[in-house]
Amino acid sequence: MKNAHPLVQTEALGLHYGRKPAFLDVSLAVPRGAITAVIGPSGCGKSSFLACINRLSDLLPRCRVEGSVRIGETEVFDPGTDVVALRRRVGMIFQKPNPFPLSIRRNLELPLKEHGMRGRAERDAVIERTLTDVGLWQEVHDRLDASALGLSGGQQQRLCLARALALEPEVVLLDEPCSALDPISSGVVEDLIVSLRGRYTVVVVTHNLAQARRIADRVAFFWVQDGAGRLIEEGEADQVFGDPRDELTAAYVGGARG
Amino acid sequence: MVDHEMWGSTPARGRTDRLVAAVVWLAATVVTAVFLWILADLLRHGAGQISWTFLTAAPASAGRAGGIGPILVSTAWILAVCLAVALPLGLGTAVLLAELTSAEDAFGRLVRRSLDVLAGVPSIVFGLFGNALFCVYLGLGFSILSGGLTLACMVLPILIRSAEEGLRAVPDEYRLGGAALGLSRGKILLHLLLPAAVPGLIVGVVLGFGRAIAETAALIFTSGYVDRMPGSVHDSGRALSIHIYDLGVNIPGGETNAYATALVLVAILLLTNTAASLLGDRLRGRHAES
Repeated sequence: MKNAHPLVQTEALGLHYGRKPAFLDVSLAVPRGAITAVIGPSGCGKSSFLACINRLSDLLPRCRVEGSVRIGETEVFDPGTDVVALRRRVGMIFQKPNPFPLSIRRNLELPLKEHGMRGRAERDAVIERTLTDVGLWQEVHDRLDASALGLSGGQQQRLCLARALALEPEVVLLDEPCSALDPISSGVVEDLIVSLRGRYTVVVVTHNLAQARRIADRVAFFWVQDGAGRLIEEGEADQVFGDPRDELTAAYVGGARG
Repeated sequence: MVDHEMWGSTPARGRTDRLVAAVVWLAATVVTAVFLWILADLLRHGAGQISWTFLTAAPASAGRAGGIGPILVSTAWILAVCLAVALPLGLGTAVLLAELTSAEDAFGRLVRRSLDVLAGVPSIVFGLFGNALFCVYLGLGFSILSGGLTLACMVLPILIRSAEEGLRAVPDEYRLGGAALGLSRGKILLHLLLPAAVPGLIVGVVLGFGRAIAETAALIFTSGYVDRMPGSVHDSGRALSIHIYDLGVNIPGGETNAYATALVLVAILLLTNTAASLLGDRLRGRHAES
């Protein structure tokens, strides 16, 4: 796949917690419509990197960001950027499923209302469509007003995905979306991620190499050097796994390190 | 079979376990017994007096006879003023402390330190302060308003700290998840954080209510001890606790009605505590369901 039309582009991006850098100097182009996997060991700044793309970094305590992120024409860290609009364009799924302690319907309704969808019929249509998209409609259509906390872990994660997709984002960020799930649920969610290809630009952080190999079009490999995470290598998934240019990458994907 | 002798200490450990259990049970029993003793004492001396007439009639002969109708009304008004002022102020401050300042923020630390000091100030000091500020300086005189406002100052630290604890106990996932969906801070607070913090808020209100309804010293100098039915919040009004104090200390022959009034006070406390905990359970349940 060619990388001629990146949708998300970072330039010399770095993030510090207090004085401690989480990752430094990451310049990465994420192609539109593809699945980009960010891999690497724990503590190499993968999740912090993800949090810069939707500016969730604003909420992290004592966090400072340098460099730039662009999504299309939008300069993400420009002071004039509308963060609410940005986060509507960039959806995010967390490691631990985080449905709100509300009904299944309210979980989906709350963000839709916030982003100005006033009509009830319109909202109900979106709710049915997105729940169908994540394969949850059959399972929950007769208990939409029951608590979302009553769903299984896998169902909760799919609900969170539906909640993000309901806002029709361009970019979907997934922060180790399967690592808190049992193997079967994990497989279901993984298939869903694959189904997003083409319609959304997906960035998925994972430390499951087998998963990255199965689902990714492109791979970015992070590693800790001199006390900070750095982007060691990025490229087509086949190339990074099959013919890595860097020794560290070769050792990591070969299972010798990490 | 396990050879107990091999481990040597088993019988000794058994003795220690039993000793610890006995001490713990004894402590719990003593605490409960003290409460039951007080309750039994109040019931023995006061229960005979309690009647609908006692609850509604005006006191007669300086409280030796008659009832506590106006005193119940004054107490209700003082508490209403207190909570109406303290709740919004307390909630607002708690939101500021929990959501808008970090743990190491200098301003947040200053506010928290002040609250801790305020919580430890003896109530008589609050009474003198309330008298100077509300009764004299602001010209409210001895009135239900002055008393309620003074009590509000007193319960604010309790309310704020428990509301703050409640908010801090809400998992960060809701804040991050809400923000990631583009929800504004206000919406996150209103729809996710406050509902989840309700149990903490209720605890704060119950504690504050308990402190306020039992307060005597702060009210003597502010709401006064006129035992007539108040016409408005600008009238002086006698609270239950002051009535008990007056009957017990100043009025020879007032003991029986003092006991009866104390019984009413304890009953109100028990009722509100029970109601609040039931309400808390209900809200928690509904919050998880809807």
